[in-house]
Amino acid sequence: MGRYVIRRLLQMIPVFIGATLLIFLMVNVMGDPIAGLCGDRQCDPATAAQLEKEFGLDKPVWQQYLTYMGNVFTGDFGTAFNGQPVTELMATAFPVTIRLTLVAIFFEIVIGITLGVVTGLRRGRPVDTSVLLLTLVVISVPTFVTGLLLQLLLGVEWGWIKPSVSTDATFGELIVPGLVLASVSLAYVTRLTRTSIAENKRSDYVRTAVAKGLPHRRVVTRHLLRNSLIPVVTFIGTDIGALMGGAIVTERIFNIHGVGYQLYQGILRQNTQTVVGFVTVLVLVFLVANLLVDLLYAVLDPRIRYA
Amino acid sequence: MLLEVRDLQVEFRTRDGIAKAVNGVSYAVDAGETLAVLGESGSGKSVTAQAVMGILDIPPGRITGGEILFQGRDLLKLKEDERRKVRGAEMAMIFQDALSSLNPVLSVGDQLGEMFVVHRGMSRKDARTKAVELMDHVRIPAARERVKDYPHQFSGGMRQRIMIAMALALEPALIIADEPTTALDVTVQAQVMDLLAELQREYHMGLILITHDLGVVADVADRIAVMYAGRIVESAPVHDIYKAPAHPYTRGLLDSIPRLDQKGQELYAIKGLPPNLMNIPPGCAFNPRCPMAQDVCRTDVPPLYEVSGERRSACHFWRECLHD
Amino acid sequence: MPEPTPEPEPRLPDAHVPGPARTPQEGAIADTGAGGTMDLATAEGESLEKTPGGPLGTGPAEKPRSLWSDAWRDLRRNPVFIVSGLIILFLVFISLWPGAITWMSPLKCDLAKAQEGSQPGHPFGFDGQGCDVYTRTVYGARTSVSVGVCATLGVALLGSVLGGLAGFFGGAGDSVLSRITDIFFAIPVVLGGLVLLSVVTSNTIWPVIGFMVLLGWPQISRIARGSVITAKQNDYVQAARALGASNSRILLRHIAPNAVAPVIVVATIALGTYISLEATLSYLGVGLKPPRVSWGIDISAASPYIRNAPHALLWPSGALAVTVLAFIMLGDAVRDALDPKLR
Repeated sequence: MGRYVIRRLLQMIPVFIGATLLIFLMVNVMGDPIAGLCGDRQCDPATAAQLEKEFGLDKPVWQQYLTYMGNVFTGDFGTAFNGQPVTELMATAFPVTIRLTLVAIFFEIVIGITLGVVTGLRRGRPVDTSVLLLTLVVISVPTFVTGLLLQLLLGVEWGWIKPSVSTDATFGELIVPGLVLASVSLAYVTRLTRTSIAENKRSDYVRTAVAKGLPHRRVVTRHLLRNSLIPVVTFIGTDIGALMGGAIVTERIFNIHGVGYQLYQGILRQNTQTVVGFVTVLVLVFLVANLLVDLLYAVLDPRIRYA
Repeated sequence: MLLEVRDLQVEFRTRDGIAKAVNGVSYAVDAGETLAVLGESGSGKSVTAQAVMGILDIPPGRITGGEILFQGRDLLKLKEDERRKVRGAEMAMIFQDALSSLNPVLSVGDQLGEMFVVHRGMSRKDARTKAVELMDHVRIPAARERVKDYPHQFSGGMRQRIMIAMALALEPALIIADEPTTALDVTVQAQVMDLLAELQREYHMGLILITHDLGVVADVADRIAVMYAGRIVESAPVHDIYKAPAHPYTRGLLDSIPRLDQKGQELYAIKGLPPNLMNIPPGCAFNPRCPMAQDVCRTDVPPLYEVSGERRSACHFWRECLHD
Repeated sequence: MPEPTPEPEPRLPDAHVPGPARTPQEGAIADTGAGGTMDLATAEGESLEKTPGGPLGTGPAEKPRSLWSDAWRDLRRNPVFIVSGLIILFLVFISLWPGAITWMSPLKCDLAKAQEGSQPGHPFGFDGQGCDVYTRTVYGARTSVSVGVCATLGVALLGSVLGGLAGFFGGAGDSVLSRITDIFFAIPVVLGGLVLLSVVTSNTIWPVIGFMVLLGWPQISRIARGSVITAKQNDYVQAARALGASNSRILLRHIAPNAVAPVIVVATIALGTYISLEATLSYLGVGLKPPRVSWGIDISAASPYIRNAPHALLWPSGALAVTVLAFIMLGDAVRDALDPKLR
């Protein structure tokens, strides 16, 4: 088990370097890193040259990358367009997005798994068919459309929620945005749970459990669910990273000042440091979530633990 | 009689139509007796057993007729909860593939102990002790240490022993073993079969042994029922059948066993394929493959003719077959 | 959804060992970065890939043909396939000849009529700029379909060639490719799109397509690699090798026909998701830009007027959703038809 963890950790290092380098290159090569530094005006040549020197932009890209990563590991993510350190932006943005992600994960677990179990156990019945159709529709409608529609209906037409979220972004305000963020994954969790349950329901060991004379409830909870939820739990784990990175659209619709909002601002204003900084952290979160999921997998499935 | 199945009928509804898997099967097993049920796959031998155990998938399966008398009660008339209490405690089943039949994420101790927790209301700790005793009883070495292990950590033979231990846990009156040794190596097969036979004698249980392996049958069975297309075509004490089969299908099965004294000759195989259960041929279901078939076989379903005291054959020409 | 109908004796043949949904050894990173819809595509592909020995178990070279003809026979009877296929045919038709069912230019707008509702000759009403929503929705199909088709072709070609070769030859190249796919999976798609496309000033659809190919190929590559590895282990492939067939012959003649099914299914579903991604990027302002006509642009433009003119948002949204749904259902139906487990 220990060696397994170490091997996973080692595998993540090149992925981390590669992903951050890729983003770094995209931002630096494609854009003009100092364009955003002089506010909305074009920088005059003298200032531009000075800024280039100051940020080390006259050096080769790989050297810039190394310098940047060196700074990151000492906790220096650079400064945002408004002169604020990027770390300060992160300190305000990440808690909001983490809350949003938590709400989304909560919906995935509660609604997704419940629907999946119900439909998996009643395959082919009307409940199953309608839920299945509904998940397809949810998957097909892009998140930004779902978001706009819910905002229109709940926020504007019926007035159940405020159409945009305040800067506090409390859990209460994040319920609908969380649902929107979760929607596609939620539909997928439903389908995954359903398939898993339906497949395992026909398995030999469930038949054994029935032949042992166990009550139906015990067959389902102890034998069927325990096995069927392994892939679902691991999916939800890996989804954490994807949700945080995918929150841009949701945050834009509901005007939530989280990671997606800051990233969007950073990109609009072409502020390299903000963009690369946030993306670096997101990639890190994604990798850590993946690692945790692999460990969780081993905990849940003894066949992997002892392999 | 411990178990009596009378005129059992089971069908499956599928997209392409209704498959008649079991068409009026009757058999009986007494305490301490071993009945071997023989047949190709699709002959309905496993479906009959699943119907007896009450683990048939309903739907698509459906029991359309017959009775299953177990210790005098008709199991088909019991409520699901009463039926459940019979399963595992009074009759138990051993499956073919122990690796897939045991839950991969629970330790074998948990799975064995569960029987005592659910049926006897024991504490988990006592159940664990019982599990170790059981594993000892089926001669699994180092049972005390291995009780915490998971199914995939055992060898095939050991896993099948665990299945046997699980079936025996509550000392049921009847055991149904569905091809218990098919998935095992030949050397291990004999050990597992001997263990099963020994335990059966020890507990004086009835045993229904479902198999297509005639070699196994000769050693352990008292009586044989041969099934074809959801019907019993011949039933007889084991020695009678080996001496002279009274049904051409049984004869075909026996002839297809390779024998040392016929080395060099071509192996016999029953020609044709088992019938499609959606569309069973009229008359005797075996007629398209039967070397002795006459016109009457294509029109009249043969009843189970009484050949002698305990012997029955569903062949219009059982006499000719017997003396052939 | 067509459900598998159990066989007469459902228990007997399928000694079903439930496998983990994802073996950790597959890659260091789960490919979830692309979002739930992509996961759907991947899962559908993988379920095909796992069937030992390609689509129909083992079998010599004539097997694939009977698989495809069996699948085609199944598909022709499947209402889901027929409906989604007809929708897609219709979409292709109106993207080639939008003038066939419209009578105006999508760029001819009359500000005086801004936000007005449905009226004769303008069944869907007008948007915030006074453009005819019906005409723009019809013309939007062309952009969406061309982006989707081009991106899918690019992704499928690049991904299956790279993944197929890596799976076939293995070795160092395979490990390098696996690590590279890991890197791409670690970057959230929408985020990557924002970063890359925000600096592009071109007004064609090609940057968007290029970006999708750049970030999409690892998904197909992983699927193709997996199915090639599975197909490679088939007995008849080993036999062909033992008979001295060349690598290229084995790859093209024996492996490709068996490994292509999962790729086709994933690519069909991915086509839907690319259309949705294009709209999302356009909504965020980095995809296509006016005066191009795109559902994403129109939805984005209509969102400020959501209160007074919801129709301007609903019609293109509906068209977008139906299009994506059609491709996902088509992929779903094809997968069902190709999956021998469900027979």
